Amino acid sequence: MVRQVNSVTVTDRRAAPQAGGLRGHGATVRLTGVSKVFGRGNSAVRALDQVSLEVPPGEFTCLIGASGCGKSTLLSLVAGLEQPTSGEVSTGGAKVAFMFQEPALFPWLTAAGNVELALRARGLGKAERRQRTAELLETVRLTGFGGKRPHQLSGGMRQRVALARALAQDADVLLMDEPFGALDAMTRDVLHDELDRICGDRALTVLFVTHNVREAVRLGDRVVVLSSRPGRVIAEFDVPIERPRRIDSAPVAELAAQVTDRLREEMSRDVS
Amino acid sequence: MSANVPPHADKSVPGYVEKLTYLESLEAPSDQRNRRLATRVWGSLWPVGLAILIVLAVWQLVHVSGWKQAIFPGPGATLSNLWHQLQTGLLWHAIATTATRAVLGFGLSVLIGAVIGAVVSRIKPLRAAVGSLITGLQTLPSIAWFPFAIILFGISTTAILFVIILGSAPSVANGLIAGVDYTPPLLLKAGKMMGLRRLSLYRYLILPASLPAFVAGLKQGWAFAWRSLMAGELLVIIANQPSLGVLLSTDQDQSDMVSATAIIIVILVLGVIVDQLFGLADGAIRRRRGLAGESS
Repeated sequence: MVRQVNSVTVTDRRAAPQAGGLRGHGATVRLTGVSKVFGRGNSAVRALDQVSLEVPPGEFTCLIGASGCGKSTLLSLVAGLEQPTSGEVSTGGAKVAFMFQEPALFPWLTAAGNVELALRARGLGKAERRQRTAELLETVRLTGFGGKRPHQLSGGMRQRVALARALAQDADVLLMDEPFGALDAMTRDVLHDELDRICGDRALTVLFVTHNVREAVRLGDRVVVLSSRPGRVIAEFDVPIERPRRIDSAPVAELAAQVTDRLREEMSRDVS
Repeated sequence: MSANVPPHADKSVPGYVEKLTYLESLEAPSDQRNRRLATRVWGSLWPVGLAILIVLAVWQLVHVSGWKQAIFPGPGATLSNLWHQLQTGLLWHAIATTATRAVLGFGLSVLIGAVIGAVVSRIKPLRAAVGSLITGLQTLPSIAWFPFAIILFGISTTAILFVIILGSAPSVANGLIAGVDYTPPLLLKAGKMMGLRRLSLYRYLILPASLPAFVAGLKQGWAFAWRSLMAGELLVIIANQPSLGVLLSTDQDQSDMVSATAIIIVILVLGVIVDQLFGLADGAIRRRRGLAGESS
């Protein structure tokens, strides 16, 4: 595993738990020599090969790679939705929430109902559910939209509801699988700011999958580059850029260019 | 995105995000379903009215053309016969008997079908075996069960109910199984990540998700139940218990074509009314979920 550290100071602004108002405490996500093979015999596909990765508590790690590099598989393994063929995945028993590219909201429930169901699954009482739902909708700036059904909301608003629902699970680890991939640039940009603010408040450990290099640099404390077929960790970049960041700022563009170069190198090697 | 045109030039302005959220909300699909109830009712009624007019016109034309005029009544004679029968207690008594059987038979079918569907959808090995059995039962015309039912239960309401259930319960069960099977995998993932397990997974995710397919199953089950009931009432004639089937069969014995046609109209109207109710339920569910097409 090559590790390219681009800075001497590792930005770890979320590692220290802040006092007051914090819900998640973050947790370490650790993958040790994880491989995942789908199918068997001749048709077997090795999605991940010997992936080792450690995400310390409160770190925002972005996973990037060409399609078919097993990014989504990696998240499913961490979520416990699938089991690795070999190797070990550990979240130290922490609760894990998952945001998908699709909002995956329940269409028969209102926005508030979707958030509330996550609270209900945790066994909260009615009064507390109502209060927490209102708070969470405010957190994602959807106060006043709680009574709308998913089909009455725009794509960006649906992802906000999905984010509120993920936060409602009171998880320590948040997995995000290209959650803004289907949104227009403007909406995505606003949601980046929101995510920054929300994660900064909560000391969440985040694994964020994307194929957008700039998005990865904009959001991550660290960017991990995966190779394709099978997925392997080929490079890691620390992102020492001060927050608040802008996706179109020079430092973000500069580091994104480096990451892109590394990705290109990998892809050309793949083709030849 | 071009780097020299920042999309968030005035991010420092207070209320920027609120403004954007507002703009986003404008982009959200607007509710075109807030049409007034009267408009909706009219929208679903005029095609029915037109259909009735067309039928009456064709009917009258055939009658005027003189084909089998001696025995084939025109709409005028039939409708006035129907009007007179509606003044008598006998027709209403018959409608009550038939409706009671329909409610009872269909109700039992829903109960039995739902239980079978729930059990079969939960237990995987059962699904393959019972699944094909259910489909087999569905293809068997339920009228074929009548000799069996009459031998088993005699000339009785039980025999009729038995056949209704055999005809209708498989559709109900199939609807539920299909609904459970086609619960979107992504929603299942989301539900599991949320911590919904076993019973709560069923209660809060799988059952609501399968509701549209279940209602479709109910609608089909009703159609089968109504057919079975009519066949049953023609075959299983119980003394002193007037039903629509008994009236029809009496008309047949007396070669009373006018009355027979009037009774057929009653049966048709009852069937259409119940079918419309299912249509309304189906439409309401779809609208709530944003699945409604313009046609519904």
